Amino acid sequence: MITIAVFALRESLRRRVFSVVGLLTLAFLGLYGLGTWQLFDSVGQFEEPIEGVEARTVAGATILGLAMFATLFLGTILAVFLTLGAVRGDAERGLLQPVLVRPVHRRTVLVGRFAAAASVCGAYVVVVFLAATALTWAFSDWWPDNTLGPALQLAGAVAVLSALSLAGSVLLSANANGIAVFMLFGAGLVAGLLGQIGEALGSRTLDRVADIVSWVLPFEALYQAALAAITADTVGFTRLAINLGPFGGAESASPLLWPWALAFIALVGAVASAAFARRDL
Amino acid sequence: MSAVLQANELRKSYGAIQALKGVSLAVGEGELVGLLGPNGAGKSTLVKIACGLVRPTGGAATIGGAPAGSPEAHRALGYLAELFRFPDWLTADELLGMHQRLAGSDGGFRERERLLDEVGLGEAMTRRVGTMSKGMQQRLGIAQAMVGGPRVLLLDEPTSALDPAGRRTVRRLLEALRERGVAVLLNSHLLSEVELVCDRVAIIARGELVAAGTPDELSRPSGIEVDTADGTRVFADAPREDAPRIVRELVAAGEEIYGVRVMRSSLEDAYLEAVGEA
Repeated sequence: MITIAVFALRESLRRRVFSVVGLLTLAFLGLYGLGTWQLFDSVGQFEEPIEGVEARTVAGATILGLAMFATLFLGTILAVFLTLGAVRGDAERGLLQPVLVRPVHRRTVLVGRFAAAASVCGAYVVVVFLAATALTWAFSDWWPDNTLGPALQLAGAVAVLSALSLAGSVLLSANANGIAVFMLFGAGLVAGLLGQIGEALGSRTLDRVADIVSWVLPFEALYQAALAAITADTVGFTRLAINLGPFGGAESASPLLWPWALAFIALVGAVASAAFARRDL
Repeated sequence: MSAVLQANELRKSYGAIQALKGVSLAVGEGELVGLLGPNGAGKSTLVKIACGLVRPTGGAATIGGAPAGSPEAHRALGYLAELFRFPDWLTADELLGMHQRLAGSDGGFRERERLLDEVGLGEAMTRRVGTMSKGMQQRLGIAQAMVGGPRVLLLDEPTSALDPAGRRTVRRLLEALRERGVAVLLNSHLLSEVELVCDRVAIIARGELVAAGTPDELSRPSGIEVDTADGTRVFADAPREDAPRIVRELVAAGEEIYGVRVMRSSLEDAYLEAVGEA
């Protein structure tokens, strides 16, 4: 398994997509820094601060929340492009067969590929999130209530997406798989938006739909939990102001979230492994 | 000779299409068997079943007594696919090193060096796959298949991209492998190659084994040619045993004889007849 994982890791780091994502990340962080600087420059000029509301906290949580969305999106691009052709695509190109005729279980190949993709993408989102957090602090003196938890939750979200994309690569062609995973990603985000709308309107139905979808697609629940965690200790009118903002619908992590996310990855892996075992190459 | 590769009544269907209709085949230790057949005959399917890459609809295959596809079978197996590709960023040495780890080989650098020498790539150890010609990659593929010293080698069109010198290198390598007791199943369209190196030939057409035997057994007598002062005279379909009588009769008739040849049909003729395209 280690041989497969190390090989896949080296391959991941060599892929052109990694350079493209690296450049996009630098561009994103540059623009994010500029935006944060402008935002806090304006916040500092508020003539009549609202009593009881810490404007820096509201602004910091809002812009860092946006950065977390961008980070998750870039991490998802990386996860999808590293795994979308891992099985069917590689088999069609003749890359997989020489490996599979070795005394290596097909399941081991999947686990190795997953370990490599999840490590690369997880490390990537952690680094980008921490960089965005540091930039926010540099321009505002504001630091989120939690740092490690949200970073790990974002890493967990891309690990879930890597697992889905890898499983899709067993059944679908690379193009179809990429489209399918991005549609799932979009569905999760839409569910999150529905949850926010439900929260604003007081609609229990929308809330429930959002809840169910976020559990069916736990990357969304992990993302929501990460968003909630950055202002977990914020209370009073500031909390109220954050709740009115675009990330007011963020949900705190249930104690079952991590066990479920890990079980979900294992379940997806088991389905992928069963399908792979039956696949003619 | 004990069979290292054994295929019994292999059947494979892809929907309504029957790629294999009950093919049985055995390859013994140190035996080189050529697998011939037209495109779509089922040759690659047979080889892939033996490798465990394709699941048979019926029948079974074993490698060294272990079911095809099992880790035990894979430990005894080396395989070069017809359509293969290696990561272009790996060097030849790195690629073989990775396959050593996957195969559990402890041959180390010496094994890698020997294998590359055997396929004529001794100078290309640090060269990246992406910079190699198709022929070099095919040789590297053969070296990769031999990692770990397999008991059975399944080679699917291993010389299709090689020039004549490369083919000769591979031919000599196959002969050396036979001497070492390695069983080789060679899937090829190059009848002359098969005729030169293989101990036995199996011909598949439309998913069925239509002929099998040594190249000599498959080719048939096809007449006698006699060189006379008046030119070459052909006695079509005359068996070898008729040669003395024919010569006696020609001499008695006043002909001067300069040469006598007993003709046999080529493997190509046998092949075309077996697949129904003669």
